[in-house]
Amino acid sequence: MSKKTFIVLCFVPLAILVTAFFVLPMARLVIVGASGDKGVSAYAAILLDPRYRTTLINTVLLAAATTAATLVISTISGIFLQRHRFPGRAFLIAMLTFPLAFPGVVVGFMIILLAGRQGLIGQVTLALFHDKQVFAYSIQGLFLGYLYFSIPRVILTIMAAVEKLDPSLEEAARALGAGPWRVIRDVVLPALAPAFIASGAIAFATAMGAFGTAFTLATDIDVLPMLIYTEFTLSTNFAMAAALSVSLGLVTWAILALARSFGGNTVAAAG
Amino acid sequence: MSDQQSGQNGQYGHGVALSIEGCGKTFADGTRALEPVTLHVARGETLVLLGPSGCGKTTLLRIIAGLESPDPGGRLLFNEADVTRVPIERRNVGMVFQSYALFPNMDVSGNIGYGLKIRGVSESDRKARIAELVALTGIEGLEHRRVDQLSGGQRQRVALARAVAARPSVLLLDEPLTALDAALRDRLRGELNRLLRALGITAIYVTHDQAEAMALGDRVVVMRKGAIAQIGTPRDIYFAPANRFVAEFVGAANIVEAQCDAGALTLLGGKLPIANSAVNGHINGKVFAMIRPESIRVIAPDGAALSGEVDSVSFVGDRQRASIGGVAGKLIMVDVPNSIAIKAGDRVGLAVDPASIRLLPGDAS
Amino acid sequence: MKTTRDRLIFAAQLAFTLLVAAFLIVPAVLSMMAGVTVNYFLGIKSGLTLQWVVQVWELYSDTIFRSFLIAFSALAVTLVVGVPAAYALHLRNDRWSRAVEELITLPLAIPGLAIALALLLTYGGFSDFRRSWLFILVGHAVFTLPFMVRSVMAVFAAIDVKTLDEGASSLGASPWRRFRDVIVPNARPGILAGSLMVVTLSLGEFNLTWMLHTPLTKTLPVGLADSYASMRLEVASAYTLVFFVMIIPLLTAMQIFAGYRTAMGLRR
Repeated sequence: MSKKTFIVLCFVPLAILVTAFFVLPMARLVIVGASGDKGVSAYAAILLDPRYRTTLINTVLLAAATTAATLVISTISGIFLQRHRFPGRAFLIAMLTFPLAFPGVVVGFMIILLAGRQGLIGQVTLALFHDKQVFAYSIQGLFLGYLYFSIPRVILTIMAAVEKLDPSLEEAARALGAGPWRVIRDVVLPALAPAFIASGAIAFATAMGAFGTAFTLATDIDVLPMLIYTEFTLSTNFAMAAALSVSLGLVTWAILALARSFGGNTVAAAG
Repeated sequence: MSDQQSGQNGQYGHGVALSIEGCGKTFADGTRALEPVTLHVARGETLVLLGPSGCGKTTLLRIIAGLESPDPGGRLLFNEADVTRVPIERRNVGMVFQSYALFPNMDVSGNIGYGLKIRGVSESDRKARIAELVALTGIEGLEHRRVDQLSGGQRQRVALARAVAARPSVLLLDEPLTALDAALRDRLRGELNRLLRALGITAIYVTHDQAEAMALGDRVVVMRKGAIAQIGTPRDIYFAPANRFVAEFVGAANIVEAQCDAGALTLLGGKLPIANSAVNGHINGKVFAMIRPESIRVIAPDGAALSGEVDSVSFVGDRQRASIGGVAGKLIMVDVPNSIAIKAGDRVGLAVDPASIRLLPGDAS
Repeated sequence: MKTTRDRLIFAAQLAFTLLVAAFLIVPAVLSMMAGVTVNYFLGIKSGLTLQWVVQVWELYSDTIFRSFLIAFSALAVTLVVGVPAAYALHLRNDRWSRAVEELITLPLAIPGLAIALALLLTYGGFSDFRRSWLFILVGHAVFTLPFMVRSVMAVFAAIDVKTLDEGASSLGASPWRRFRDVIVPNARPGILAGSLMVVTLSLGEFNLTWMLHTPLTKTLPVGLADSYASMRLEVASAYTLVFFVMIIPLLTAMQIFAGYRTAMGLRR
């Protein structure tokens, strides 16, 4: 058997799996999306139909707010953890990255435990202020949930980027008289910009496509994945569900492609 | 040890700009990078710290900069003021890093003007000063380029301009030419020298290249394993090295074991008279003698006081370098002008000017 | 030179980071405790018990088994599909390979929901297939494949597998022999890392699985969602505890393994 034949053989299992169970189904999805009452214009419905548009805007705003907050939090903690050594540091880092593998559904449960009807925060505020705060099932709860699964991912990426920073640039700025805050503002943050874009884009894309968290928290607030779910299961409007999925898939893919051009191939999993 | 201490107090310029008193450095992991060092640098002087890697020269520079603090007991004074506790941001030093450390998010003007911006200099004054420095370092036309669009030599000049823009009291240069290729290095060495003179600034320059050290330094501090091996002018260091290490590190040197008595050295291949001035005190018995290759002349073997056999010859370009055996315990390197035909196997005589022989302390270090 | 201001900034940053860590960890700890407490509202005082765990086992043991079944089957599939493919892609290293890699990685960019929908629309009609756990396996395999492929390709790049391959072929080994004797053994770190990732991701996969499951083919995360909606807090917590117990050793193994590989110079 020649080398060329062997290489072709190596691709056969891959070809079977990917074609049968990814390419074909995705193609079918695109076709079904255009096969409903509205035809191909179903793809524009996401922007034209007010209900869908509101959902889209909600989802984008939520994803954007999550990304912004996650970046700020992760940068503060990430720089701090990478630049200081103290007893318990490794343990602290482990705690911050431990939720990395939680599915969205577990994250939802975590938020319920924190801010649900019998949640910890509710019990604390009840004891202190005689007013039980329950916000797991509102937009704040959803936001917290999204933060919960975004922070571990982003903080790891930021820490890796901080590690690669060239210390002589900061020393040069200090030699020129810049105090610590100026050094951060003028040298460190600009140097971290590619990492921000890369991890920010991944966080945004993950938040856009997150399903499990919203599902568990069963909020009134509709996010796009939940909308797709209800269209498919409750309204059995397969075409609309398909069209929305394809749109969501395109947007997410585009954002991740942007992320890759700025920072390499980090993983975006679960949600 | 008085030889080593001579030249310690700079006699240059007006007054002492920088004093290092008993500064040593032990790192957290226990490495002793620097033994306590005491040095005084005169205003306007260019002091070169020369030595192999690991000798402590960069550590010393970083202590002067304020990027490291000396072990307890060490003191640092700028113009008589104690700055030991002052952080680098407030020491008003100019520093040129080995990798230049130019800010990629600012253009050339932005980089040069950064120190001025920090000090709150007005935009118009900043612009004027930047223009001044651009002219001084010869980088006209590059003001709006980004850092990654510059060549190595251009980056070096921008780094220098940036470091001196805010008129620092002392300029610190950490192997600024090491990152460049040989031809560029030679050219920039001359320019750097002219620039330092023109600015009249007190400068501390770190390098492992002895040619650079001798070309640029008013005084050279040769360092080894965290301690000073010798301080002196380039000529002192070259012609009168204090010990074997300095002799071998600065320029090529033949170091031979010989018996010394009655003002003459007895070697394997003959006898060599030595001048009284080369003898450190009253020395008889076994000594180490240093003779530079350019101080030995090749002559006819018959009747020569010292002779040997040519082991190999290499052509260096402007001269030949011959290795001669049978003269001393090991091969002697001799510079031979191109006009003399010489090849392996020839028997040759050697003539040495007695004044160029230097006796070194007996320790092998 | 640490000034008071430096110390204050350090303390503030530490406090902030601790707060964030608490946000992440406290509910996890709470849920683990709730799973073994007699009554969550009374707290530890009410006593420790395994009754909830036992109940979880009675109600949901099939989900646990099925999750492991699917995870290890997904592993088998990704090994058979992914390792040879990674090898072939690494050797070819041309624009076509880039495109194939892009294609393989596409399932990561597309929400699991969309992939599940696509599978349902295409194969939903084959009722035997639709109702078996294989249907879920297919989704998992497609989703976890890129991790295996990337992991193995990373090792290939680091150890210069092309030169090894050439060396083996100069000694007369056929392509298959080379693959078996030289390529795969040297790719072991990548295969191991990829395997850990595949199993961990499969065990925790929800978005895809929720759409693809039937009442008879529930996995652990699907069961979790059920329990959060319908079971009392202690049972849901015990079930989550079981999930943690499954996941944490895998995560720790991945961390240790990553550290080991960095130390061996196999990763930056």
